Formats: sequence, structure tokens, C-alpha cells
Amino acid sequence: MKLGIVVLEGPYQHEASDTAYNFTVAALEKGHEVFRVFFYHDGVNNATRLMVPPQDDRHIQKRWSELAEKHNLDLVVCVAAAQRRGILDEDEMKRHGKDANNIAPGFRISGLGQLIEAGIQCDRLVFFGD
Amino acid sequence: MALLHTVNKSPYERNTLESCLNHVQEGDTVLLIEDGVYAVIKGGRAADVLASVKGVKIAALSADLKARGITADKMIDGVEVVDYGGFVDLVTSNDKVQAWL
Repeated sequence: MKLGIVVLEGPYQHEASDTAYNFTVAALEKGHEVFRVFFYHDGVNNATRLMVPPQDDRHIQKRWSELAEKHNLDLVVCVAAAQRRGILDEDEMKRHGKDANNIAPGFRISGLGQLIEAGIQCDRLVFFGD
Repeated sequence: MALLHTVNKSPYERNTLESCLNHVQEGDTVLLIEDGVYAVIKGGRAADVLASVKGVKIAALSADLKARGITADKMIDGVEVVDYGGFVDLVTSNDKVQAWL
């Protein structure tokens, strides 16, 4: 089946990002297609490559990036939610005159249309949040 | 049409489980995840309301039960324990998924 995942909560907050990740891994293991993972609201904070958790803790961003690379996942960050929270890619950095960007590998910034498209294309859309 | 409802907050913290149970229909499944699994504790706040729901499957995520020390002997009867693979199967076997956030 074609699945869409929506992450509405930031990393290391409650458990939504962890549950979403574990669910995505299990879905891929079962041979389902993960069409897109959409990060919205505080969920966009999963996409900063500048997070430095303690070495004995899980690295939530790296985990998503590695999963994306392994399975060619489409990790999409909502642009409006990202701007508010300081999640920028190269283009957004230039557009807003900032001196740095922080988007992690495997993530891309795009609009809400990507969530709508996932809703249309996917057999199931599963939300994880606060 | 069967729905999968996910509830991720403790009944001691929020009323999302109660809201969910007021809306479920026969044939639906309620999956308790994260702090939502506290609802299955025998003698707990949600035990009676969970037991009173008829025709609805109640499931709980094994990893989240284990993380909170909720062993089988502490759980009310009639709860199906599923792993993440079981979670995926519940998503695909129901027509829609509603997260009670």
C-alpha cells in the first residue's frame, strides 16, 4: 500500500517523532511504499542538521536522513512552519538575507500542496503529533 | 467502513480517549500508543470506560507498554497487544486512520 506520514511534533519532545520513525521503518519492512513524510508545525524541527544530542541518545535527525537515503524517501518540510522556526535551506537563506542554513540531508522545503498531494495519492495518511 | 483510531495521551492528562470512545463505531479499532497505553491499567481511570465499549477492538503498542512497565498482569482483559508491524497492519486493514491529537 501507498502510505503518507505526517509529523507534527518536534524531536525530543514527547514521542511522536520516534513513533513516526518506528512506524515508517516497520511499514518499509513490510514492503509498503512510503510516498512522503511531511513535517508540519513543530515537526519541522526534526529537519535541522545542527542538533547535537548526547552520544548515547538517538540522533533523531540523522535517523530520518539515513532512512531517507536508504529508501529514497521524500522528506518534506512545510515552508511556512519552517520559516517561523528558523529552518532554512540554501534558497531560503538567500531569499531572507540570512548568513546560514541548517536543513539536514534528505529533507527538502516545500509547501502545503505536498501534504494535499500526499492525501490524494496515498491509500492511508497517518498523523503523529502532540 | 472501519476506522483505526490512535490515542497517544494518558487518560490522566487529557480527555482524547474519552472523545475517541464517544465517536467510535462498531467494527472500529482503537490503538493506544505512547502515553495512551496508561489507559489499559487494571483499576485505572480509563479501565471501566474501556471495558464498556462493545464491538470495538482495543489494541496497545507493545514497545510503549514495555517502556512504562505495564506488564500483562497489570492490564485489563480484552486488549490486543501489537508491535509496530501490527500497527502497520491495523493501518492497512482499516479504511481510514484518525489520530486523536
